[in-house]
Amino acid sequence: MEFNDEQLLRYSRQIILKQVGGTGQEKLLQSKVLIIGAGGLGSPAVLYLASAGVGTIGIVDADKVDLSNLQRQILHFTKDVGISKVDSAKEKLNLLNSDVKVKTYNFRVDSTNIKDLIKEYDFIIDGTDNFPAKFLINDAAVMLGKPFSHAGVLRFEGQTMTYIPGHTCYRCVFLDPPPARVVPSCKEAGVLGSVVGTLGTIQATEAIKYFLNQGSLLTDSLLVFNAFEMSFNKVSLSKNEDCPVCGKNPVITSLIDYEQQICNV
Amino acid sequence: MKIKINGKMETLKEANITVGDLLKIKEVKMPQMVSVELNGKILKKDEYDKKVIKENDEVNFLYFMGGGSTDGI
Repeated sequence: MEFNDEQLLRYSRQIILKQVGGTGQEKLLQSKVLIIGAGGLGSPAVLYLASAGVGTIGIVDADKVDLSNLQRQILHFTKDVGISKVDSAKEKLNLLNSDVKVKTYNFRVDSTNIKDLIKEYDFIIDGTDNFPAKFLINDAAVMLGKPFSHAGVLRFEGQTMTYIPGHTCYRCVFLDPPPARVVPSCKEAGVLGSVVGTLGTIQATEAIKYFLNQGSLLTDSLLVFNAFEMSFNKVSLSKNEDCPVCGKNPVITSLIDYEQQICNV
Repeated sequence: MKIKINGKMETLKEANITVGDLLKIKEVKMPQMVSVELNGKILKKDEYDKKVIKENDEVNFLYFMGGGSTDGI
């Protein structure tokens, strides 16, 4: 693949890295990543992936931009309030880097559409905010053998792990969604934009390393981030033989739509 | 008894306690929102009151973290 002068300049600071080089840049331009959720995690993740020249970026989100999103969802600006998040995202990414083909999906993932959606992509980023979606993404990724990055946040804390087929999956660790009644409600939870952004940025880095086949991923480990103490703790995990979806005798063989927590804010 | 909790060595005055006891001692308010790993193995919820923690064991409380809002974290 021949790079034009503009590309050589645009990507010069990463092409100069021996772990990237021209070969790595070519890999990035040919890679396809799907971001589920154009929110606080998805915003920094897609901005960094687009700026790095990941060639195809799919974005799934059913929501419209709300004023209360702007505190953390840095893809969206004040002028975007009221328009769909995927359109807002596409506009920004097109302005940032025309090398990137942006595909948008203005709907919510569920058991009927997720497999068709993720099979087109090489790596999935879970930028969703709820447990039904997190378990759905995990199960679909396990069933189709797709790598993905999980991340979640709660107040000043966050966690992230990377699933690679054959290794520990999200369900190996978390088994089943917590009962909806105990999940902290919208008003109770709260979050700092920069804390979510830290996690989304780690997710983008994991995707880039995966595409480049360089370094160690957060495979078989859960990185726990505490922004209040400013500490990172990497917890070793191992594949759970009794995992209901990827264990020796899986009991989950079709996708499940768990009940969504209702939030009146 | 000394055990490692979430990567930090801690000294507990109690000994011969179960995972369920430890959740109470550490004042984990919503045990449904935590997954417990004992010496590298994820425990099922019904094992909490059976598994006894020994000296030098490693326990990790892994919290469920979603977003807490329906408008995308």
